[in-house]
Amino acid sequence: MPTVSKGDGMRGLAVFISDIRNCKSKEAEIKRINKELANIRSKFKGDKALDGYSKKKYVCKLLFIFLLGHDIDFGHMEAVNLLSSNKYTEKQIGYLFISVLVNSNSDLIRLINNGIKNDLASRNPTFMNLALHCIANVGSREMAEAFAFEIPSILVAGDTMDSVKQSAALCLLRLNRTSPDLVPMGEWTARVVHLLNDQHLGVVTAATSLITTLAQKSPDDFKTSISLAVARLSRIVTSASIDLQDYTYYFVAAPWLSVKLLRLLQCYPPPEDAALRSRLTECLETILNKAQEPPKSKKVQHSNAKNAVLFEAISLIIHHDSEPTLLVRACNQLGQFLQHRETNLRYLALESMCTLASSEFSHEAVKTHIDTVINALKTERDVSVRQRAVDLLYAMCDRSNAKQIVAEMLSYLETADYSIREEIVLKVAILAEKYAVDYTWYVDTILNLIRVAGDYVSEEVWYRVIQIVINRDDVQGYAAKTVFEALQAPACHENLVKVGGYILGEFGNLIAGDSRSSPLVQFNLLHSKFHLCSVPTRALLLSAYIKFINLFPEVKATIQDVLRSDSQLRNADVELQQRAVEYLKLSCIASTDILATVLEEMPPFPERESSILAKLKKKKGPGKLPDIDDNRRNVNGSSEHSENTDTTSKSSPSLLEDLLPTDRPRPSSCSPAILAARTMASAHPFTDILNLNSTPSTGPNLLVDVFSDSSTSASVDVSEDNFSRFVCKNNGVIYENQLLQIGLKSEYRQNLGRIYVFYGNKTSTQFLSFSSFVTTSDILKSQLNVHAKTVDPVIEGGAQVQQILNIECVSDFIDAPVLNIQFRYGGTLQNIAVKLPVMLNKFFQPTEMTSQDFFQRWKQLGAPQQEVQKIFKAQHPMDTDVTKAKILGFGVALLDGVDPNPANFVGAGVIHTKSTQVGCLLRLEPNAQAQMYRLTLRTSRESVSQRLCELLGEQF
Amino acid sequence: MMRFLLLFSRQGKLRLQKWFTPIPEREKKKIIRDMTTMVLARQPRSCNFLHWKDLKIIYKRYASLYFCLAIENQENELLALEVIHRYVELLDKYFGNVCELDIIFNFEKAYFILDEFLLGGEIQETSKQVVNRCIESSDMLQETMEEYMSKPAF
Repeated sequence: MPTVSKGDGMRGLAVFISDIRNCKSKEAEIKRINKELANIRSKFKGDKALDGYSKKKYVCKLLFIFLLGHDIDFGHMEAVNLLSSNKYTEKQIGYLFISVLVNSNSDLIRLINNGIKNDLASRNPTFMNLALHCIANVGSREMAEAFAFEIPSILVAGDTMDSVKQSAALCLLRLNRTSPDLVPMGEWTARVVHLLNDQHLGVVTAATSLITTLAQKSPDDFKTSISLAVARLSRIVTSASIDLQDYTYYFVAAPWLSVKLLRLLQCYPPPEDAALRSRLTECLETILNKAQEPPKSKKVQHSNAKNAVLFEAISLIIHHDSEPTLLVRACNQLGQFLQHRETNLRYLALESMCTLASSEFSHEAVKTHIDTVINALKTERDVSVRQRAVDLLYAMCDRSNAKQIVAEMLSYLETADYSIREEIVLKVAILAEKYAVDYTWYVDTILNLIRVAGDYVSEEVWYRVIQIVINRDDVQGYAAKTVFEALQAPACHENLVKVGGYILGEFGNLIAGDSRSSPLVQFNLLHSKFHLCSVPTRALLLSAYIKFINLFPEVKATIQDVLRSDSQLRNADVELQQRAVEYLKLSCIASTDILATVLEEMPPFPERESSILAKLKKKKGPGKLPDIDDNRRNVNGSSEHSENTDTTSKSSPSLLEDLLPTDRPRPSSCSPAILAARTMASAHPFTDILNLNSTPSTGPNLLVDVFSDSSTSASVDVSEDNFSRFVCKNNGVIYENQLLQIGLKSEYRQNLGRIYVFYGNKTSTQFLSFSSFVTTSDILKSQLNVHAKTVDPVIEGGAQVQQILNIECVSDFIDAPVLNIQFRYGGTLQNIAVKLPVMLNKFFQPTEMTSQDFFQRWKQLGAPQQEVQKIFKAQHPMDTDVTKAKILGFGVALLDGVDPNPANFVGAGVIHTKSTQVGCLLRLEPNAQAQMYRLTLRTSRESVSQRLCELLGEQF
Repeated sequence: MMRFLLLFSRQGKLRLQKWFTPIPEREKKKIIRDMTTMVLARQPRSCNFLHWKDLKIIYKRYASLYFCLAIENQENELLALEVIHRYVELLDKYFGNVCELDIIFNFEKAYFILDEFLLGGEIQETSKQVVNRCIESSDMLQETMEEYMSKPAF
């Protein structure tokens, strides 16, 4: 029996719990429970009305049974009845049962809500708290519907007790998380911010949690909280430890509140106001200074609380990423923790340094700790700490230290825990590829990887090494020699056999001159592994053999004998049998020429993102992976950050700039005056290009140009009527007049695109001297390459001809190329110019991510120049499905369930250009009542955010 | 925010479960199983933090009981450890040298104390005095309920 039974002891309950504990077996326990359930059921069903105490006791027993892991299918009604008891403890048990057992869609919700309503109205703080706790614990939609309007007023009412305010704040927070659409923003939000000034630190703590969550969703509405939070934080960090009485935790002043305030500040960029900014910097410095002071207590609680604040401060410093001195100080502080005797601190230091490594200000400072981190990899007893060390090495890797880091990871791999081997393999493979200056090193590294951890080398890894060897002819001979040597080992991993089979099959000829690796030796070596391998590998080897027949006629007979053997031709496996039969026949029938054509060397693979990187991202989730592709830091570890800061000053285009006619493509909806001004301005450079470039191209053109006076071509208006309709789609009619229809079919992959242009002659007469070519403005020339194939100069009446345009996106761009068409129809020269719908968003690759990753990214892209926002009136009916289709058509992945408000649309994608990749996040918030939209784009490049916002903003 | 808090014994017996977000029962059972196996398998003197799915798991052992708290990725691990510690202190203050048996026999009290301390996955009140005053005054309430109800609240 328990020594303590405070408050109201329920003897019957204690006896029952003792009984259960005394049960010797699971069966005995179940028997005892069933007996009790039967008893309770009969009591609840009995004629005699139960008194409150008994009801409470039985409900409590049911709760206990449920918590043991048994299902409970009755008693809910009795629990709900307890809510209306005027005995506090009965009410309390009723609420507890509901909190634990009632799921959100229960039929009882209405009854429960009734009880809650009465208690909220009771003006009794204890009862109100119970009711609020219940709402926060259950948090269902029905509850949100019933109480979301009432709770804000309880929260900000002047006469509400402090403890009720705390519960109300967190209750509201919970409802906002589960049903944000039901929690109305309003006049109360401004008053909530002022709770940061409250006298009661408990209220401030609860309110800060609420404000942080709300500010993450709509930062603009809570901007005023920044200065209040800084002021509050400043008062806490400078207070003497006794000032805050019971809110001082082991000599640390209000650690929970400090951390909450620091988190709230992480919803925003550094304060713009200089005074505020310097006050915040002072706070952060004070926190960093305190870390150096001798501890006020030897208790671990003291050091944990103090360091919790310190780590949160460092997170804020990293988030701001703007104060080099603070960043370097943070890095040094973490450096000290790397060697701390507390395992927890070492773990956290490794983790935080990963993020510091991606800041250009602290990347070098992080690198100085490389030896300590490598040492951690070798000596840490705890696998989770070692894993953080691997992560950090990966994050701090650049060209200068890649060889050392890769070597250390490889040697660690030999003893690494099985659970993290695959991840390390992927990381090594990525680093080796990314930082390879010398591809022989890359080949060595991957072969070593297979040797050390062959089982953990996924297909992506060995595919990739083959892709790279095929694409780089300077390394092929070396690769052939190296795999040949590696295959000599008596036991080698099957993955090595695969790589070896493929590479020798392609490039074995490069080492065949040496008698030690003559064709026959190579073949015998490969074939000695054949019988130990699985079916897919054997199939691959058979292909290698037929390639050998092509490369080396001298081993043809030997290989044919092998193919002809029963074990091949009659293999139980269909695939192997088929290959043996077909290859044998091919080698017998085909002439050497045909054989050489069929088995020609593999063409280079198209350059694409490493599939390994994709795999690692998938494995870890993009948020957790320190992004080494971040375009802020290029491969050398230097950065473009300085340029970025230069452009900050002109974050929003001025009105004047907007009115000046430039040759940028504009949406067609602007006023006629501006439109006219623009076409005039843009037509001239356009005709210049036309005259200069078109003349040498084809014979007929030359004639046409000589005949046509310049005024005809100067008057050509570039048609852009249908341009904006192609933002979210790729196919359709772009231009049509009485004579000609131009249709487009486009496909894009990464930074490449191809457009099929169809010219349809709508008349019954021929078009003669037909020509079409693409012109680009001077700026666009360096950003986009467009190559047009020539077309037939004659289009018969009623016929259609096709032209292919190949497009490569070099860097992000604004202008659009123009398709110029000239032809003669019945003796008159026709000139048509059509703006081609090649927009930046065509080079999107969609990216799926989880809600958490999304918002983490979103936050990372929080600098003012990275975000572009547009609020505009709906041009079309607000239909969810249409909107979804448009966003998908825009090229991003539509992320479901990311935005807490289901009415909002959230998307993510990566723009691929030849020079860089730009990650983009977008959010579209419709307001059906006002028929308005708010569109927000965040990308790491201002120009990209701007352009994408312009493009998409015209679509709804 | 915090996602859940579990208390279990060295034998893996669950003593308290608190979920701050709605999770289906089956899923809960799976999580409980994962947590107990993961945490109980840890070597002594390892660090107190683990990554699990997209959450951070913070655990600490007090005598025969393991306290295991799951927090979201951006939350502060060290402070989560102190959330656990503060809860232990609160239990200790209430029961007077708390032991596993106290929590078994007075599980409802353990829940009440937790509700005063944490709410909706966030910390509600960090002051030990304030929480204890709350709990004790509610214990007093049962005896004086009649009088209490008859007088105006404020």
